[in-house]
Amino acid sequence: MSDLLSFENVWLEYGDKIVLEGVDLTIAERSFVSIVGPSGAGKSSFLRLVLGQEAPSRGRILLDDKPLTPECGPDRGVVFQRYSVFPHLTALRNVMFGRECVDAPFTARLFGAARRAAADEAEAMLVEVGLGDALHLYPAQLSGGMQQRLAIAQALMARPRVLLLDEPFGALDPGIRRDMHRLILRLWQEHALTVLMVTHDISEAFGLGTRVLAFDKRRIDPHAPHRFGATAVYDLPLTRKAPPDTTEPNGQVLRLTESVITNTQDSQ
Amino acid sequence: MRWVNVRPNRRSSILLGALPLLVALVVYLFAATARHAANPSDKILPTPAAMVSAMHSLLAESDPLSGRLIFWADTLASLERLGLALGICALSALLVGMVLGVLPAARATLGALVTTIAVIPPIALLPVLFILFGLGETAKVALIVVGVTPFLIRDLADHVASLPQEQLIKAQTLGASSWQLALRVALPQALPRLIAGLRLSLGPAWVYLISAEAIASDVGLGYRIFLVRRYLSMDIIIPYVAWISILAIAMDLGLAQLSRRGFAWAHQADR
Repeated sequence: MSDLLSFENVWLEYGDKIVLEGVDLTIAERSFVSIVGPSGAGKSSFLRLVLGQEAPSRGRILLDDKPLTPECGPDRGVVFQRYSVFPHLTALRNVMFGRECVDAPFTARLFGAARRAAADEAEAMLVEVGLGDALHLYPAQLSGGMQQRLAIAQALMARPRVLLLDEPFGALDPGIRRDMHRLILRLWQEHALTVLMVTHDISEAFGLGTRVLAFDKRRIDPHAPHRFGATAVYDLPLTRKAPPDTTEPNGQVLRLTESVITNTQDSQ
Repeated sequence: MRWVNVRPNRRSSILLGALPLLVALVVYLFAATARHAANPSDKILPTPAAMVSAMHSLLAESDPLSGRLIFWADTLASLERLGLALGICALSALLVGMVLGVLPAARATLGALVTTIAVIPPIALLPVLFILFGLGETAKVALIVVGVTPFLIRDLADHVASLPQEQLIKAQTLGASSWQLALRVALPQALPRLIAGLRLSLGPAWVYLISAEAIASDVGLGYRIFLVRRYLSMDIIIPYVAWISILAIAMDLGLAQLSRRGFAWAHQADR
């Protein structure tokens, strides 16, 4: 597997506050990377860097060996915890949106045969994520889990190089969350995706990921806590023993990491 | 059962809502009858019969000078001014509000200017408008535009700027340009807000219309009210005021209906 994303000594600073320091990582194509860590440890900042919402203040990020532009683009797809679908469009139009933007620069709307082709493709994608009977519903008429399915379908239509998930299942019920885990693993395999997922749920991180990154601060200055940034303090490659649809975590590693994270939280 | 848990159903809500109006009507009738018993030529609280006969001449008999039916000519003139002004307000607010809401650079450049214009009391500008545009229709329409547009612009720009950041990021990751973002994400979500803003602006718009008509006009609902005030003609003023409120309610309901029909997705929570 080749490296898709690489981080070379990446720092992120706001004024004299250091959020991330010295992040040196490479992420292989087709990997499923879970990112965990206590609140305020720069998980979301890390994701924003990959997304292009922010530029690193030092160092550089390469996607396919090319420096990443500090602006969001169709090579990176994203699903947020909330608000990542358009409330004024039906499920089908939500999924067609990307295609319409790419194919119709001025009107951002397709007509005739092009529209039918896009609608067919969008419908197939919605069927794949299990929203086949909700094509013409608005997001407000969908449950939380269905909205996240819609957001995933919408992101996958653009065929992103990397799919970024920012606590995508954090607001869902445990049962629904398990269904979503199965869905995302299936899509990851079928579409040969590279996934970066930020999560608070340790068992989710270990159950889904092929690699777990734990972000935290290596050093803490009690008089100036903002002067040291966080970085990936643990980088655990996981070999999947069980078939991917089981989401039972590896107990020993789980306890280890949970203790690491609770300790660092206590010491803050 | 506690009072806070007493919730009237739809039918009793309508009845309860009609009750205060009926009470006001009955109180008025008693007061008018009492005043007329003391002084049959009282002009302050005219009886319904007096109002009907006064309005009849305005409604059905053409004015000997202009040859028009005065009441309908007044209504048409006022609605024309109001409609034209609100149309200009809506279009310009949509244009400027979208630009300010979507582009942070435009907001930084023009936001302070819009806020400054919005705090000027429009009536204070009326003399300026009369000087600039003369005493014709332009000045009256301009007063409403000057009074309502800054509010609509600020409301719309705030609304567009506060669309969830996640939506804008998502659209960009799907390949949307700035223009496509404005056209497909911001504009459809701005339109129901614009209608809501227009509904709230109807009150001020009527105030500006009637002020402008009161000062310089020769036709219009506001002009008529201020004209007949000289003769203490409450029998014309009261029906005119009632008519203005009926028109205002009809416009409000019309806009609400337009929003519900055109933007059903924005009203999911109302049901």
